[in-house]
Amino acid sequence: MKKINEITSSEELALRIRRHAVIMTHNGKSSHIASVLSIADILAVLYDHILKKRPEEPKWPERDRFILSKGHAGAGVYAALSESGYFPKEWLARHCANGSLLCGHVSHIDIPGVEFSTGSLGHGLPVGTGMAYAAKLDKRSCRTFVLLSDGECDEGSNWEAALFAAHHRLSDLTAIIDYNKIQSLASVEETIRLEPFADKWVAFGWQVREVDGHDHKALTECLSIKAPDNGAPVCVIAHTTKGKGISFMENSVLWHYRSPQGDEFRAALAELEK
Amino acid sequence: MRDTFVKTLSEIAGTDKNVMLVTGDLGFGVLTNFANTFPLQYLNAGVSEQNMTGLAAGMALEGKTVFTYSIGNFPTLRCLEQIRNDVCYHNANVKIVSIGGGFCYGPLGVSHHATEDLAIMRALPNLTVFAPGDLAETSLATKAAYQITGPCYLRLGRGNESCVHDKMPDFAVGKAIPVIMQGDTVLLSTGGILGNVIEAYKILKERKIYGSVYSVPSLKPFDCELIRYLSETSKLIVTVEEHSIIGGLGGAVAEVLAELKGKKPPLIRIGLGDTFSCEVGDQEHMRTVYGLSPDAIAERIYNEVMNGV
Repeated sequence: MKKINEITSSEELALRIRRHAVIMTHNGKSSHIASVLSIADILAVLYDHILKKRPEEPKWPERDRFILSKGHAGAGVYAALSESGYFPKEWLARHCANGSLLCGHVSHIDIPGVEFSTGSLGHGLPVGTGMAYAAKLDKRSCRTFVLLSDGECDEGSNWEAALFAAHHRLSDLTAIIDYNKIQSLASVEETIRLEPFADKWVAFGWQVREVDGHDHKALTECLSIKAPDNGAPVCVIAHTTKGKGISFMENSVLWHYRSPQGDEFRAALAELEK
Repeated sequence: MRDTFVKTLSEIAGTDKNVMLVTGDLGFGVLTNFANTFPLQYLNAGVSEQNMTGLAAGMALEGKTVFTYSIGNFPTLRCLEQIRNDVCYHNANVKIVSIGGGFCYGPLGVSHHATEDLAIMRALPNLTVFAPGDLAETSLATKAAYQITGPCYLRLGRGNESCVHDKMPDFAVGKAIPVIMQGDTVLLSTGGILGNVIEAYKILKERKIYGSVYSVPSLKPFDCELIRYLSETSKLIVTVEEHSIIGGLGGAVAEVLAELKGKKPPLIRIGLGDTFSCEVGDQEHMRTVYGLSPDAIAERIYNEVMNGV
């Protein structure tokens, strides 16, 4: 368990990720701000407390692997990486700009610390499963984390990987679901119902932990606990609020695609001032 | 080709413990020896090609050389986006192996006819594409795929392919292999149809049309230099493939020829038209239906030559 001052540091990081993301999606005139705000706390806890990492040596073999499968929230990962020292924060200003390598969907080419490029949904979990399988074969102790969206769980490829990971008892694999209950056009409930969601993962042979996805202490505790060797893989269902932290973006379908501009941009930043 | 591939891969796996064979629940009886000899290097991913390919990319990025194995269109089209994004974009060291290119599974129906795979795979950046013509080329292409650090596609036959080369030919990635050099009507063949192309050459020779035959096991990178040379030295260029005439060998040759300046020889692309093969039959039957029997290939070329090329 982390001490109180360390928890505070990840809350500070989450705030910085939110601010960067608002500015990045404003500058880049790009979408998905609400999807980034939804996972800002999860990213902050991962990068501050959980992931074994060496920013000065991004390909350090013993590092934990982290894949953002919901690649549309890439701005959040870029922000977390730059705040963690992988690359200069000035790079963030070029998000989605003409000629930039900081794509709207997370990409690894020449961006230190990005483990895997995504953007099409349903790719991250199979790849993370392969990484975890290779680590188990080679008896390496690193953990693999894959962060998925709830809408993404409509993709069948996730459930192929879910079967495989449970069958092979990949206990060092953790899937974190950003369960904000809103997808691209409407709520999850109206689109394609996932409930009983936890039961589905349990039925597929995973150990499920449900957590408040904005509670840093609870997230840290939940993600710190390693599953027993050769046990079931872990699914963390993080209950979140889409658009978290900016009142007029919270629980709104609109902000999946809308870019913060003009008064809305200024109001969003004002809400993120301490 | 299937057995030659497994035998060659077994030799490789015995010397390199990082080589993995991942099957999508296919290869009954064929992979048993490999699985028993190399239990830690063999994995059945189940009937889940998307997961098979994604996890192969993940394993490859962790240092493994991963061969994914299935039949027909399953390891390619079913998981095309995983090949594009997870394997090719990451330049992951994954070798996609499809058993049953063309009409190897002729009686099983259109789902099992792999007749557009070369066009689609050839379009993907970072992917090296092989379609060997006989058993010797299969062994050499398998070794070449292993030696390349990066994504490869191996399109293989299922069995009964001819042994065209008496000895191991000179094999280089991106180079065609001269098989017969007798005349300026040039037949280019890719994949297991090579045996029929040789037979067609013999029929033409009896009818006093003298040709040359090249096998083109390497579709990407492609032997553009050969096409430039042939454009200056041949009277007619013919491509033969058990595949759509769109985007495969015929397409590759047409692309090169179209950009060359000056006078050039005509090109005939022999293969499937823009159609599904809803009729079934064994491989020989299907080849006959689509103009790929030795007689049909020879007749098409004979008519072209007689009509004043």
